[in-house]
Amino acid sequence: MSITWTRRQRALRRFWADFRTHRAGVVGLAILVVAVVLALAAPLFIDEGVTNVVRGTGEKLAPPSLDDPLGTDESGRSVLLLIWWGSRTSLLIGFLAALLSMVIGTVLGIAAGHFRGWIGAVIMRITDWFLVLPSLVTALVLAAILGGSTATIVIAIGVTSWPSTARLIRAQTLAVEARPYIERSTALGAGHWHITTRHVLPNVAPLLLASTTLEVASAIVTESTLAFLGVSANKTSWGTMLRGSYDWGAATSGAWWYILLPGLCIVIVVLAFTLCGRALETVLNPRLRGATR
Amino acid sequence: MLEANNLAVEFAGRGRRARAVDGVNLSVGAGEIVALVGESGCGKTTLARTLLGLERPTSGEVRYDGSALSHRGRALKAYRRQVQLILQDPMGSLNPRQTVYEAVAEGPRIHGLPDEEQVVAEALSRAGLRPPERFFLRYPHELSGGQRQRVVIAGALALNPKVLIADEPVASLDASVRGEILALLLRLRNELGLSALVVTHDLGLAWNIADRVAVMYLGRIVESGPVEQILTAPQHPYTQALLSVLPESPDRIVLTGEPPDPTRIPTGCRFHPRCQLLASGKAAAAGIDTACHSEPLPILSSAADPQTACHLTLVDS
Repeated sequence: MSITWTRRQRALRRFWADFRTHRAGVVGLAILVVAVVLALAAPLFIDEGVTNVVRGTGEKLAPPSLDDPLGTDESGRSVLLLIWWGSRTSLLIGFLAALLSMVIGTVLGIAAGHFRGWIGAVIMRITDWFLVLPSLVTALVLAAILGGSTATIVIAIGVTSWPSTARLIRAQTLAVEARPYIERSTALGAGHWHITTRHVLPNVAPLLLASTTLEVASAIVTESTLAFLGVSANKTSWGTMLRGSYDWGAATSGAWWYILLPGLCIVIVVLAFTLCGRALETVLNPRLRGATR
Repeated sequence: MLEANNLAVEFAGRGRRARAVDGVNLSVGAGEIVALVGESGCGKTTLARTLLGLERPTSGEVRYDGSALSHRGRALKAYRRQVQLILQDPMGSLNPRQTVYEAVAEGPRIHGLPDEEQVVAEALSRAGLRPPERFFLRYPHELSGGQRQRVVIAGALALNPKVLIADEPVASLDASVRGEILALLLRLRNELGLSALVVTHDLGLAWNIADRVAVMYLGRIVESGPVEQILTAPQHPYTQALLSVLPESPDRIVLTGEPPDPTRIPTGCRFHPRCQLLASGKAAAAGIDTACHSEPLPILSSAADPQTACHLTLVDS
């Protein structure tokens, strides 16, 4: 196995050298690392108590001051602490929903591309059916039926956003399976499992990584949208904060910090994911890399 | 050892059935190299793929070591340790994301063979890549065409097969490397007793490497026999035409008429629309021109002695 390891190390080093040349991607990655580290480290400094309405200590809708650097909300809670704690929910749901959608999309996409007979046809019809469903409405209905918790929001976003991934992966699978090395592998005695996991998956993986990164961004937006529309995990997230600012008329009372700051956080994190994903796409997709080799 | 019995493979598409292989008897004995020659589209690749179990025959059977090839999972997997494939394009037949080591180790991994590293090193050095360790971590794009084809051959050798089926093994290599790869195949035959079926459109290659040659036209073998005999004294007009267009032959026969279409196989002798003997009236002189148009020819057997599927030679003998 040591030979495989050496190869992986080399590949990783080359990948990083390539990625570093994309300045936007590096900036995006840096923002993401900071956001994730902050979200993970939050319990070391604060606890869920900061989101408790009875423990809000400041004035109602107070503007930014030394006590509350980013102002307070309608219950006197610090917006800074709410954003900090809320980032945990937003990022968690974003990552898990993207992961779920990627797993479903990849499995069905590879299956549809590999088994080209009626199995593939059936999978693609199901995919098409999901593709034409209005995903936001479906997610709303699903979340409403399943009840509000982190898991249900993740499921609601995950099961409505996989079809485009499945189509992408299927197209790539078809391209890979047309290559002669698949035939060579079959002649060597390889079965379905070997071909899909050893040849197809490694070849679609780069595409998948880039697409997952972009998917996380869209899942965070969807989560915020759902929360703004009233379907949330009953935990503070950037989306529920926006909902709160809307409910309490922050716009009419001039409390710009309550609306703007959670919104800005969403924009920055989503932008960072997008920058990262685009850079990954360029590095990992040989066709976008230019004729360097 | 490896045998095709009345093998036929049909493809259905757009309401028409293409008979790519239409009744073929062919055998490859132990330690024997057989060349399968024919123009593109004559069904030679389909025949090779069917012999490998990559394509299911519509009728007839593939026999290996006396027993019929089964398309059930486990039996097929066992069969694939015995019979291995070498493809035309070595760049395409190696996964660009895998190193040489992984490409060669693929077979042993699939079959769960022990001592993987040793098997790989041995296969690489047998295929002429020495010292093998130097090639372990190379990627296909870092190798030359000849080296890539050697890696593909090593990948096949790693399973210790008895038969190699090579589909145009040197067609995509340049002339200087061709000789080396052919010499490698001959050496493997001598050292390991490997049998080989070499599919090619190149008669010169068949001459250099094969013991026996089978000429295929439109899904059927029209002439077969020892290579010296077929290539120096061809009996079938199609073989004669193929040989006449080699650069060193004095007068060339250029075939006219439509290129063959496996969805519309002519009646009688399948070569008659393009046959130069029929066109020149030689067949009519022998009084067999009606037979050429209407009487189907028997399928050649898989025997090693020279045979020809032509009405004219049937009359002569």
